[in-house]
Amino acid sequence: MADSKWMPRWFYQLASPRWCYQICGKLLPWFTVAALALLIGGTLWALIFAPADYQQGNSFRIIYLHVPSAILAQSCYMLMAVAGAIGLIWKMKVADMVAKACAPIGASLAVLALLTGAIWGKPTWGSWWVWDARLTSMLILFFLYLGVMALNSAIESESTAAQATAVLALVGLVNIPIIKYSVEWWNTLHQPATFKLTEKPAMPAEMWVPLLVMVIGFYAFFAVTLMMRLRNEILRRERRAGWVKELLLSK
Amino acid sequence: MSFNSFSEFLSMGGHGLYVWLSYGLGVIIILGNLIAPLQAGKRLRAQLTRRLIRESKGS
Repeated sequence: MADSKWMPRWFYQLASPRWCYQICGKLLPWFTVAALALLIGGTLWALIFAPADYQQGNSFRIIYLHVPSAILAQSCYMLMAVAGAIGLIWKMKVADMVAKACAPIGASLAVLALLTGAIWGKPTWGSWWVWDARLTSMLILFFLYLGVMALNSAIESESTAAQATAVLALVGLVNIPIIKYSVEWWNTLHQPATFKLTEKPAMPAEMWVPLLVMVIGFYAFFAVTLMMRLRNEILRRERRAGWVKELLLSK
Repeated sequence: MSFNSFSEFLSMGGHGLYVWLSYGLGVIIILGNLIAPLQAGKRLRAQLTRRLIRESKGS
């Protein structure tokens, strides 16, 4: 890798699979504890203590899974595309591995967002599914993840596969603002965003605070599963490296 | 607390099926995302270690 003065040192350290493997190992227990505490606490809060919605009743409690999984499915996609771009530009192997590890997590979170949305839609809109802009663009996000995974496994060479999937992920990035603004651009059944950077949430605090807890909990959980997959991928790709051999034989 | 009894909690004001189905799916997807990489990691380590030992015996 070409040396340049304007890149911070940690950026180069991130490029070292060994350093990444070790730092993920150190961070994992902390993130696991945080994820468990936030998700369990947030779920109890959401199911037992948060008040029922005056229109939707208790089916409103689905929001505490639906919104975090939808936010994470999109954050995960952006991370996958950015990691893919870093891999393309700087030929950074670890970035390729991050991008590859993101795809199955994002796909599963998109499924969770779509399914909880469908289950919530039945009592609220009277239908499991409508071909609404928000729902359709979210379904496309799921298909993009599947496309990335299929493309990655279809190409034999690891570096060619990483390049091809990075390009696909970057092209698909156009879908993210479409998902975000779909509720504003088109007439829709779907309600607008709960959290906005510039405004206070429209719902009372006893409803949105547990939602925020769940969103942060989902981020922590995402970090855990991503680091676990990344460590596996590093071991697999670096199996010929001396440090991996030492690590395996020391146990 | 927004429920007076456990049966009220389970019925979720008639929306029990929807709420519990959602949370069930949530648990499955979250646990799946933790168990799958854990098991894949174990399998991978065992496989790589076996191969290393075989190679060191072979040479």
